[in-house]
Amino acid sequence: MEFFLQQLINTLKVGSIYAVIAIGYTMVYGIIKLINFAHGEIMVFGSYFAFLLATYSGLPFIAILLISMILTAILGMVIEKIAYAPLRKAPRLSALITAIGMSFLLQNIMLLIFKSEPKRMPELISMRPLEIGGLIIDPITIITVGLSVLFMIILQIFIKNTKPGKAMRAVSEDKEVAVLMGINVNRIITLTFAIGSALGALGGVLYSIAFTQVYPTMGIMPGLKAFVAAVLGGIGIMPGAMLGGFLIGLVETFTKAYLSSTWSDGIVFSLLIIILLVKPSGLLGKHRKDKV
Amino acid sequence: MGRRTKISYLINFIALLVVYAIVFTLIETESISRYWSSLIILICINIIMATSLNFSTGFLGQLVLGHAGFMAIGAYTAATIGIALSGAGFPALPAIIISVFSGGVLAAFSGIIIGIPALRLRGDYLAIMTLAFGEIVRIIINNLEFTGGAKGFRGIPRLMNFTYVYFFMIACVAFLMLLARSRHGRAIISIRENEIAAEAVGISSTRYKVTGFALSAMIGGIGGGLFAFQMGFLQPTMFGFMKSVDILVMVVLGGMGSMTGSVIAAIVFTWLPEALREFNEYRMVAYAVLLIVMMIVRPQGLFGTREFGFSKLMRKIFNKTKKIDTESLKGGDS
Repeated sequence: MEFFLQQLINTLKVGSIYAVIAIGYTMVYGIIKLINFAHGEIMVFGSYFAFLLATYSGLPFIAILLISMILTAILGMVIEKIAYAPLRKAPRLSALITAIGMSFLLQNIMLLIFKSEPKRMPELISMRPLEIGGLIIDPITIITVGLSVLFMIILQIFIKNTKPGKAMRAVSEDKEVAVLMGINVNRIITLTFAIGSALGALGGVLYSIAFTQVYPTMGIMPGLKAFVAAVLGGIGIMPGAMLGGFLIGLVETFTKAYLSSTWSDGIVFSLLIIILLVKPSGLLGKHRKDKV
Repeated sequence: MGRRTKISYLINFIALLVVYAIVFTLIETESISRYWSSLIILICINIIMATSLNFSTGFLGQLVLGHAGFMAIGAYTAATIGIALSGAGFPALPAIIISVFSGGVLAAFSGIIIGIPALRLRGDYLAIMTLAFGEIVRIIINNLEFTGGAKGFRGIPRLMNFTYVYFFMIACVAFLMLLARSRHGRAIISIRENEIAAEAVGISSTRYKVTGFALSAMIGGIGGGLFAFQMGFLQPTMFGFMKSVDILVMVVLGGMGSMTGSVIAAIVFTWLPEALREFNEYRMVAYAVLLIVMMIVRPQGLFGTREFGFSKLMRKIFNKTKKIDTESLKGGDS
């Protein structure tokens, strides 16, 4: 029973990281219908920013986190302007290939700067593990879950209640009509990339703290899984990404704990296939009929 | 078949033989190093991979992100059968043909299994599903006993040489090109152009999609089998997501819907990373930048949907000289 509860806590930790990263995928997809393959690498950039700040500046954790999120948001905007904006009217496949190229590029830039060997992430959170009724909860878990949930709530409020948030929803609903309503679509797209990348950085920082290391290719697997999470919940739908993230975390932790750690990724991907077969639009997605 | 098509087939065939003769003599006389000859074999394999992926992505219009999965299935099947056959004393060529084709058949079979459900989905979802498929294949291979798991599959007889791989490549590419030009090929292209309209004129889109997808998987599996005999050693990491992307990049840069474009892109993009190896640290960066710039400047790829042919080239040169001749005659008259 204790083991089971421990796994549930692990699920929350891993799941919240996936959820935060998945939101980045889903937001971008919702707005420009692009699978942003570079998102995993953007996330790693966030980790590296935090790593550098933690090693050389000695700022407190929250400052490090916020600065790396802002830096990554700027990076996301730059990427969007350089690589994706010129392809707004191109076939979707070319945009997808560009995203893959971008992922390549970012990965190799990191390899150039930081080299391939993993770096140890300095200990940013120094708190004693909590003990509740025989269960040991590691402070990293609390902070990870707390921060992810906090930022998800902030994002929800932003999307639901502010003007740019409303504009964002309008653009993802119908770009042409949004333009007619006087929304600056390009600015909204940039904003989306900024928010998505900042959340990616949050995920990256939390991920690298949880696994205590940073290396250039570490974004591939969490990136793919977060993407699976986004699809699982219905890509383009924000609550779907959160649900998907926690589900993937659940499946991964429990297969690792009870079945086998080598098969767990396989099971995660099979789950994706099953969901796509049964409900192609994802768990929370609405089915859209094709029109002639 | 018109006379002109016959002649153009003949010219292309002769040109391919000439290319073969040149490269063959270069390799046999050891005018080029072993490194280059193995690079040429790798190029031929990549041509098979790129053209087969182009068939499903460029002609059928279904974005596939797990082509390396089919390659892996072909490679491991061919390797397993190849070891058994060469152990039983089969000569090289029949052993290769049997094992490579079994690899292709198994890849086609898995293509059908994944294709029937996957092709009900559209666009991005199909891409995601094939991506998941590729990853699952890799993970399964990683966990199986007889594949050697993550440590790799050793002891595959290195039976491949330039002659085998070249004629395998020609057979595969010719098969795909002829298929694309046939009645069935036109049906497949019509699905890419507009699936609903294609169905309205009586083309069974599901049947053609599954068949096209399976054929593409089969040729991909054949490419994987050849790869196994060339490398002599297989590892699941060789067939990861990055490999699928590599092949897709060739297809897209060559032009989706242009087989010859894929061929040329496969040549360039197998050679280019090798050529840039001296700048090892920067080559992947340059490669990525090239990819992005290419997509922005020329998103339809080098060739778009046009095909390149030796006969066309000759006709162009021939017509030009003719034009010059008539012009010079005119000049002489006046």
